[in-house]
This record gives sequence, structure tokens and C-alpha cells, in this order.
Amino acid sequence: MREVRVLEIKQSVFADNDRQAQELRQELKEKGVFLLNLMSSPGAGKTTTLMRTIEGLRDTLKIGVMEADIDSDVDARTISGSGARVIQLHTGGMCHLDAEMTRQGLAGLETEGLELAILENVGNLVCPAEFDTGAVKNAMILSVPEGHDKPLKYPLMFSICDVVLINKIDVLPYFDFDLDQCREYIHMRNPKAKIIPICARTGEGVREWTKWLEEEVKLWREGR
Amino acid sequence: MHELGVVFHIMDNLEKVAAENKANGISKVVLELGEVSTVIESYLQNCWKWAIKKRELFAEAELVVEQLPAVTYCEGCGQTYPTVQYGKICPYCKSPDTWLLQGNEFNIKEIEVY
Repeated sequence: MREVRVLEIKQSVFADNDRQAQELRQELKEKGVFLLNLMSSPGAGKTTTLMRTIEGLRDTLKIGVMEADIDSDVDARTISGSGARVIQLHTGGMCHLDAEMTRQGLAGLETEGLELAILENVGNLVCPAEFDTGAVKNAMILSVPEGHDKPLKYPLMFSICDVVLINKIDVLPYFDFDLDQCREYIHMRNPKAKIIPICARTGEGVREWTKWLEEEVKLWREGR
Repeated sequence: MHELGVVFHIMDNLEKVAAENKANGISKVVLELGEVSTVIESYLQNCWKWAIKKRELFAEAELVVEQLPAVTYCEGCGQTYPTVQYGKICPYCKSPDTWLLQGNEFNIKEIEVY
């Protein structure tokens, strides 16, 4: 009979990833690169919001974008028209990016000279919230057609985000979306979350968002 | 919905542990899973059965999941209550000032190797 041993592990499944993410954040700090992790459901407007963000910041910051999707390169093609450096990452069926995949993505993007790197995570409100990517700040987009109850249904996502952009506010009159109720639900999960209503299509509210981002990048780079 | 990704993540971790301990194979993996951890045990078991065929080290590995109930603590009255039944609002004093005491764990507790 073979000898069997029991090994006590007693660690979170995510402990390894959390450590790698912390190391990546430290390396980015030394290089002066600010990494933003942008998350949302599919179709909430990540790519359109990104286009607006780049438009607003490309004169002041050197920006690189990583587009993570299960397949295709449509988003990377769209972004490449904006003037930002862009790379498409394929997760090969995985529903999220972890710290190691983000590190590989950053290596492919070549962060030399970059001040702001943006990771457009896989469209999903569940899995990306579990895995720290090594980003300095997490942002998510909730769009009006999705409904104001989402912070109740996906509490973890809302609790890890520094900023929640409420997108597509131009269609508010056509949906039963209660903006005040939504703010309340988000703050129940995360009292510190900054909430910015925007319309990426028309550009409404985008200035407040890019101002916030620009300020955060500045603080991060000054803290070196 | 991300159980398969999580399974491979666990396997990556444990392959390192097995190598450090000079184990030839893993016969059992015991996880602690909180009731509100976003991972569903039955999906996890299905993914596990599929994934162990892909990794030699795990070929005979049984997955044991120990469930931890979700418990919320109320800052308002200092009592605890079952999270899934009552949610964010304390059933005793109706305060929303509550936080999860236990229930979002997802830990590798121990493994059995040979």
C-alpha cells in the first residue's frame, strides 16, 4: 500500500494571484505606469467609453490599451483608430484576466514611455471581480438598460470598484432606471465608490471622469 | 460561472505545492467554500471531473468541499444573523450598517498526497 501524507495548505484559492498582483503593482509604480482595470457587462459601452477617454486625455498622457476578449479583435481595431497604443489579448475561453495574464499583456503592449495603461477586461460582472489584476484603480461601467438593481445582484463587483460610471444616461427617459436609488444601492455596497453619470455616445459627463483619471495618474506618478 | 477557470487556478497552485513536497500524485483536495462565495459546488465538481483527466498529477484526485454558512454581523445591535435569509438589513434592529462575518471564503484547506 502506498504511503499517503496530508499537507495542510490553509490558504485562499486567490492568495497566489493576490501576491502576484501586488508585485506587479509595485513594478508599475517604479516604472511610473498607472494601470486602470475597466470592467462591465457585455454591451455596457466599455469600448465607446474608452474611445472618449482617450480623446480627452491623449494630449496630456501617453496611453496604451489592452483589449481582453474570449475571441476576435474588433475592439482592438476600433481603439487603434484613436491614436493610442493597443494590443488584443485572447483569454482562450477564460472569463477573466488574472495578474499573470495582465503581466504578459503589459509585456506585449510594451509599457516603455507609457503613463496610463488601460485594461479592458472581459465583459462579465462576476469573475473579474474575484481576481486582482495588479491595477492601481478599478472602474466599472453600469449602463442604464441593465437596470438600477445590479449593485444588489453583483455585490462583489461594486464593492471592489473605485469608480462606477453610469453610462447611456441619454436613454434614461425610456427606462425605469432610478438614478438616486442606484446611487444608494452602490453606496450600500461601497460607501467610497465615486459615481459619475455619463453618456459615452454624446460625451456628456465624460469630462468629470477624465479629470478624475488624470488626477489619479498624477498622484500615482508623483508618489514614486 | 467561472468554476473551470478557478479549478485550473487551484491545480496550478497545488502543482507547486506537490513539487515542493516531492509528491508523485494528489489523491484528495479539501476546499472550504463559503455560502456566498460566488462559486457553486455542483459546477465545481463537474469541472473538477473534467479537468483531472487533463492533469496527470490529479488523475485520481477526489474533491471534497466543506461548506461554510454565511453569517452577517450588525454594527447597530451587535448581533449576528444568517446572511442568505435576511440580506444586508439586520432582522433585529433594521440597521443597514452590517458586514459579512463569514461566508465568502474560498480556501484550500488541505490535500492528501502520495
